[in-house]
Amino acid sequence: MDFIKKKKHTLYSKKEIGQIQLLFPVILLVSVFSLFPLLRGIYLGFTDYRLGDAISFNGFDNYAQLFNDEYFWDSFKIGMIWTFIVTALQVSLGLGLALLLNNKIKFVALYTVLILIPWATPPIIRGILWRQMYEPNAGAVNILLTDLGLITAPINWLTSFEYVIPAVIVAGVWGEISKAAIFLLAGLQTISNDLYEASKIDGAGLWDQFWHITLPVLKPVLAAIVSLTFMWNFNTFGIIWVLTQGGPGGMTRLPMLAAYEEGFRYGYIGYAAAIGNVMVIILSLMLFMYIRVQLRERKES
Amino acid sequence: MNVKKYLSKATIHFLIIVYIVFLLFPLVWVVSSSLKSTPEIYSGSPTILPQQITFDHYISVIEGQQVFLTMWNSVIVGIVSTILVLLIAVPSAYAMVRYKSIINSGILGWILVSQIFPVILVMIPLYVLLRYMGLTDSLVGLTLIYVVWSLPFVLWMMHGYVKSIPIELEEAAVIDGANRAQVIFKVLMPLLLPAIGASALFAFISAWNEFFFAFVLMKSPALATLQVELARYTGMEGQARTGPLAAASVIATIPSIILFVFMRKWLTTGLVSGALKG
Repeated sequence: MDFIKKKKHTLYSKKEIGQIQLLFPVILLVSVFSLFPLLRGIYLGFTDYRLGDAISFNGFDNYAQLFNDEYFWDSFKIGMIWTFIVTALQVSLGLGLALLLNNKIKFVALYTVLILIPWATPPIIRGILWRQMYEPNAGAVNILLTDLGLITAPINWLTSFEYVIPAVIVAGVWGEISKAAIFLLAGLQTISNDLYEASKIDGAGLWDQFWHITLPVLKPVLAAIVSLTFMWNFNTFGIIWVLTQGGPGGMTRLPMLAAYEEGFRYGYIGYAAAIGNVMVIILSLMLFMYIRVQLRERKES
Repeated sequence: MNVKKYLSKATIHFLIIVYIVFLLFPLVWVVSSSLKSTPEIYSGSPTILPQQITFDHYISVIEGQQVFLTMWNSVIVGIVSTILVLLIAVPSAYAMVRYKSIINSGILGWILVSQIFPVILVMIPLYVLLRYMGLTDSLVGLTLIYVVWSLPFVLWMMHGYVKSIPIELEEAAVIDGANRAQVIFKVLMPLLLPAIGASALFAFISAWNEFFFAFVLMKSPALATLQVELARYTGMEGQARTGPLAAASVIATIPSIILFVFMRKWLTTGLVSGALKG
């Protein structure tokens, strides 16, 4: 990264004590409220700590217990399903929208403002909006489907074993499409039009252009969006808490909800921290594999 | 890519409008519910637009006071944490760009690495720490958390903006006889003002929208933030609650939407330029 590059300038050529003074608040805050808690959190994952009790190190006991914990595996499974599907839908639908908006047509500014609205909606409100959409007797979803003749009896979306997962996924994707679209649109706008003009002269079609110009040039932005949204989605809490609180029967209990319940509802702090550690390892592995694939592809091309 | 050459303009407009209908419908539905009377909401065949507009639900939310009390808490925590984060981040970003040292790589590296860790892992020891300091269930504690929470991104954004200002501008001012304070306030500040504005909006919205920290830390109803208060309603949402909850949700969403529209120009700059450089 270029901040490491050394530049000699007369005004700042000599090291000044001023830097430490200016950076002191950041270093203090980050150490006390971010670095220390994180390291401490990792450590607590290897203890049997309960709020108020003494802390005692218990090695890998928590992980042995997690390995046999059916609830944890269910939560991990639904966490993966949720993260993969929401990320895939969010990025692909967002890319579609970005491609549409990246045209010189009327009302683009207005469209962009309207599209921002779900992103601007706080996660808790997103949950409330969709609860009201899914309301069995007075919600828009059932009314619409009944009017279209697709269902005959109202469905209780958020308490049904059959429908709850697709229902929360739709609500989750809804709030996140805009974010992906706006970032990808900014990426698309950096692509020079000359590339397309040249390829058009060579007789390239829409699909050729997308595949051979747009995707390769967009790749760094796309990779950043995919990794970030993957992490964010894996850590979802608020919207699910409002929609289902993890129910029915734990079907939508994402890993964050599981960790929250273990730690703050039942007080098993050490065990909750262990869930957190497992989440870090899973995320790091996923990102590592993803970055490796990206790098290999870049080398080949 | 210009899809325009292959799809007709009408098709592009049509497809965008399909997206917009999907993206706006839930909000339209809830705004409409907030303006319907309770019997109309449960009439069995409600319409998309209210048949008769009533402001009863808004009045009951305002009279209930709790929503306004918690909204006030959110505003205070949001504004104070935004001011603090700027006071810390702006000089730090400046120091990081102008005096290069190993600390910079350390801080920037940390900003990236810390994104991987789930909040729960930070929250547990932080909760223990704040409890030790007597700052759980306190707006001071929550403000502190929000400062630390938005600091990495604001620092990252400001770092990028300060870097884009050529050092020659400052050197010229020094040659003209300006002292360090004058360089900062007369030369740098005017140039950094848009970036500071964007960072302020970002920090405020992060605090306004945040739920998890506030949910774990704030236990007294009088100290809850708006998000915590609204989430609490859904737990006991009965028939009569749909209307007031819809009205409260609309009230809570309006500030976010207004601020988002203002800062949309800057939203992408940090992330996209970061991705392209890295």
